[in-house]
Amino acid sequence: MEIPYTYKARPDTGLYNAKVGIWLFLASEIMLFGALFSAYILLRVSAPAGFWPETALAWPRGLLNIPIGTFNTAVLITSSVTVVLAWASLKMNNFAKFRVYMVITVACALAFLGIKSFEYNDKFSHYVVRLKDGKALTGHIEVNGKHPGFWNFNDQWSVAKLAEQKIDKIKVELDPLRDSHGHVKHGAHHESREISVSDIVSLGSYTPATHPFFAVYFLITALHGLHVLGGALVLGYFAFPGAKMWKSNPEQFINRIEVGGLFWHFVDLVWIFLFPVVYLL
Amino acid sequence: MQTSASHAHTSATTDTSHGHAHHEPGFFGKYIFSTDHKVIGIQYGVSSLLFLLFGFFLILAMRYQLAKPGSPIPLVGPLLEKILGEEMAKGGIMGGDLYNSFGAMHGTIMVFLAIVPVLFGAFGNYVTPLQIGAPDMAFPRLNMASFHCYFLGGVVMFASFFTPGGAARSGWTSYSPLASVTDLVNRFDGQTYWLIGMVLLITSSLLGSVNFIATIIQLRCRGMSWMRMPFFVWAQFVTGFLLLLAFPPLEAAGLMQLMDNLFGSSFFLPQGLVVNGNALPVSGGGSPLLWQHLFWFLGHPEVYVLILPAIGIVAEVISNNIRKPLWGYRSMVYSAMSIGFLSFIVWAHHMYLTGMGTKVATFFQTTTMMISIPSVIILTALFISLWGGSIRFNSASLFALSFLPMFGIGGLTGLPLGFNASDIFLHDSYYVIGHFHYVVAPGTMFAVFAGIYYWFPKITGRHMNELLGKLHWAGSIFFMNCVFAPMFIQGFKGMSRRMSDGGTTYFGKDVGVGADPGVLGLNNMILWCAVGLGIAQIPFIINFFSSIFVGRRATSDNPWQATTLDWATPTPPPHGNFLQEPVVYRGPYEYSVPGAKTDFSPQGDKN
Repeated sequence: MEIPYTYKARPDTGLYNAKVGIWLFLASEIMLFGALFSAYILLRVSAPAGFWPETALAWPRGLLNIPIGTFNTAVLITSSVTVVLAWASLKMNNFAKFRVYMVITVACALAFLGIKSFEYNDKFSHYVVRLKDGKALTGHIEVNGKHPGFWNFNDQWSVAKLAEQKIDKIKVELDPLRDSHGHVKHGAHHESREISVSDIVSLGSYTPATHPFFAVYFLITALHGLHVLGGALVLGYFAFPGAKMWKSNPEQFINRIEVGGLFWHFVDLVWIFLFPVVYLL
Repeated sequence: MQTSASHAHTSATTDTSHGHAHHEPGFFGKYIFSTDHKVIGIQYGVSSLLFLLFGFFLILAMRYQLAKPGSPIPLVGPLLEKILGEEMAKGGIMGGDLYNSFGAMHGTIMVFLAIVPVLFGAFGNYVTPLQIGAPDMAFPRLNMASFHCYFLGGVVMFASFFTPGGAARSGWTSYSPLASVTDLVNRFDGQTYWLIGMVLLITSSLLGSVNFIATIIQLRCRGMSWMRMPFFVWAQFVTGFLLLLAFPPLEAAGLMQLMDNLFGSSFFLPQGLVVNGNALPVSGGGSPLLWQHLFWFLGHPEVYVLILPAIGIVAEVISNNIRKPLWGYRSMVYSAMSIGFLSFIVWAHHMYLTGMGTKVATFFQTTTMMISIPSVIILTALFISLWGGSIRFNSASLFALSFLPMFGIGGLTGLPLGFNASDIFLHDSYYVIGHFHYVVAPGTMFAVFAGIYYWFPKITGRHMNELLGKLHWAGSIFFMNCVFAPMFIQGFKGMSRRMSDGGTTYFGKDVGVGADPGVLGLNNMILWCAVGLGIAQIPFIINFFSSIFVGRRATSDNPWQATTLDWATPTPPPHGNFLQEPVVYRGPYEYSVPGAKTDFSPQGDKN
């Protein structure tokens, strides 16, 4: 006996096996991201009132770049549209069009990841510097005329490391002043300040260790990024090497695109929730 | 196994649609990278039983330390010192750190690497497709990947014993901040291994549960309507949903704890944490309660993952051996579904001592009492089924019948823990250990043994030895009770479950305060009964391996005269399971139907 309903729908459920499988998988994914969003809510409501960085554990606001985030949202929504068009093209028996739409989808996914990594990059070189007079400054720092290294956690500066390398002055390109809602104040502009290391209590970049906000931001967006990457790999596979199936079993191939598309919509949907929660609210 | 040649033959003849007949697979294809649900079931079964034995040895060493604190463990003590280092077991004496890591790993191994895989991975994989008349699982390759993830997770867990600092030692619940600060020297410590192992195990159960649910929805054969499914299949179906939906929050929590341990974040670390007199250099601002919520959101449904498939096995074995239909099959099915639903809203009864406030506690007390109702319905239905049956007392049915009172004790002793007021006294005492071990050890494990004796003839074509089986049963039920019943007394007397010396420091005659020192003497009794329990398993191990080769041959494909479809296959079932497409004409437990020729009417027989 062969396994039935691998691509033909079972009459009483109206579904083929993989479609049941992907919906179940997505249910589990909802629980995964649901738990992370719940963690975000719980951490946020238990944070003390006040403004970060003046109050060390207050919830930071307005640190993420909204125009870039909006653009990325648009990129991902575009890819959601094209993945449907790719599936519809196959239904209309137009393989060439399918491939074009699929390539656009994957390109959007890669663009999204590229933009996201640019944002990550910026956070890892963005520092909060706490001074002995109780003030806290944020901005990109410059040590020995160089901006600190990106990506590498071990390459980050700390007070101990500055002392060890006998550096007595660093330059901070201060962020523009913000109001209590995190919006940039009118007429604010960049200002650069020299600070002597002896005045610094602590400094650290915007990494998960700095504040639970960054921890949860990096964790959810990284997990979402992994889903985007996985989706891009699978859809890319369908567009080229996996497309051989179009000749041998077109019905099953269309099913595969449908299932891949469902996953892709889910990844998109997670971002639709993620964007307002971490960027806007 | 010896029929693999004939199975290739049958599939080549029946698969006329696929010209490329199955090639005879090599060793790796047949035993390591097999996609056949039966081989995967056996793989799961063998590995999980080995982990079961390993977990038992861990606790045996711990029981020795509890009974005779500070004396070297005979036989294995010097070995532990040699393998794990002097700081763990100096002079063969179990140190506090070693006790903690054995305790954490005993729990983890028993729950995630032994009981769940043997119930869901082994029995579920082998039996479910057979009972619904399916040729295999819906996604055979995912099934294989599921086993590989499980195996890899097991390897990671096992390897963690040999890392610097030893395996995880913050309890199987891994509460933060303890789990993040136990080992500040080794960043990549046993806890990190534990978390990586858990992520692999969760992936494995995710793949498994998607597969099971899809298989049961899609691959039921003609005539196998929902209410004609054996109760075992229903139990697996509900269990599948529990695993699918309850595990991901723990995966999320695991990732967060991994971030806390490796990247210095503070998901679960509050502000102002001081460890060994030093302020911890973290930002703080996290919530230890968050971990507990996410952990128990898995943890409580997990309890039903441990028990529902066990009840499924018991239902099959009992109905077959009393030659009677199950009483109240439908109410059992609805009860299983209610349990599945309710198990998601009871988790915080593990957290009464966190000071959650009376309103929240009342909610969780109410739901906890509600979930005991369907559990009682199932158990009552099984008890009533026995009424008027003509019971066959073989090894399988003895284990299945003993399951009922043992699970009953385990369940009823849980009620005082579900109430806020009584839980405040009993929490974290040996009473809790007694309670959940009654559910899982003489409960679930008896069901596992019943299942092994019951399906052994289908899997191997030979029966297990009845005399050895009965010896195994008698020894197990006697010693199980002698091990776990004294724990209730110890718990009532206030003995904490967390002390590596069994509470000598509190109850000893030098101290003279606290509870009755008499409870310490029970530790001795528990130790020797645990040793007896180990010895009682020797007949089983001998029986298991010798019966594969020299056991009495099964005289037919249906030696127990059962009604379900798993017995309508050739023995052992070939690749693809059934020779013709099976069709189902009746319910799963039509035993002793008036007017029928025999006392059993198989589901697949038209007349």
